[in-house]
Amino acid sequence: MATNNNLQNYELMVIFTPVLAEDDFKGAQKKFADFITENGGKIVHQDAWGLRSLAYPIAKKTTGLYWLLSYQATTDVNAKLEIQMNRDENVMRQMVTRLDKYAVEYNAKKRNKLAEATTA
Amino acid sequence: MAKQNDIKFLTSTRVEKRQKKYCRFKKMGIRYVDYKDAEFLKKFLNEQGKMLPRRITGNSLKFQRKVAQAVKKARQMALLPYVTDLLK
Repeated sequence: MATNNNLQNYELMVIFTPVLAEDDFKGAQKKFADFITENGGKIVHQDAWGLRSLAYPIAKKTTGLYWLLSYQATTDVNAKLEIQMNRDENVMRQMVTRLDKYAVEYNAKKRNKLAEATTA
Repeated sequence: MAKQNDIKFLTSTRVEKRQKKYCRFKKMGIRYVDYKDAEFLKKFLNEQGKMLPRRITGNSLKFQRKVAQAVKKARQMALLPYVTDLLK
């Protein structure tokens, strides 16, 4: 596991503009997910929340398409990723959070619970 | 001069014993404060969406800081409002 030592756990949350069609939304997700894997990162989990109303208007829009991605990557990937997202005009807002060990545990537990709920 | 013991009350005095506050994170064993869970974070906000102080929530300093960070992240991602009326 020597190569895994410099990988950090991150979580990316993006709000896309609500005008995107279903296919465009999927395409945009794939674009960023691929960008991370191309730069030597690993996708842990992704979760598209879909259309949600915002707590306050952003860019005169009251709804947004939420997308959540947890991944492992080296530290330099985030800066590159941010440039890519700033360039993309479909992205209204993005945030990268670094996850500590408790957060990873929490997310894994939450995912398992969701998986159980859907199967049961 | 009446001594303290001489004072008689018509009804028995009721001394209210307030319940001790506690840090819910420590008590429930929560170690990560999730910024995505807006409903949970609302417990630490007042009607206007402002953070409640520690003396009211009873959080330990460590977790009050984590809550503050989570609330700020949730606000940034439009899960919680910055300013509002009649939140909750």
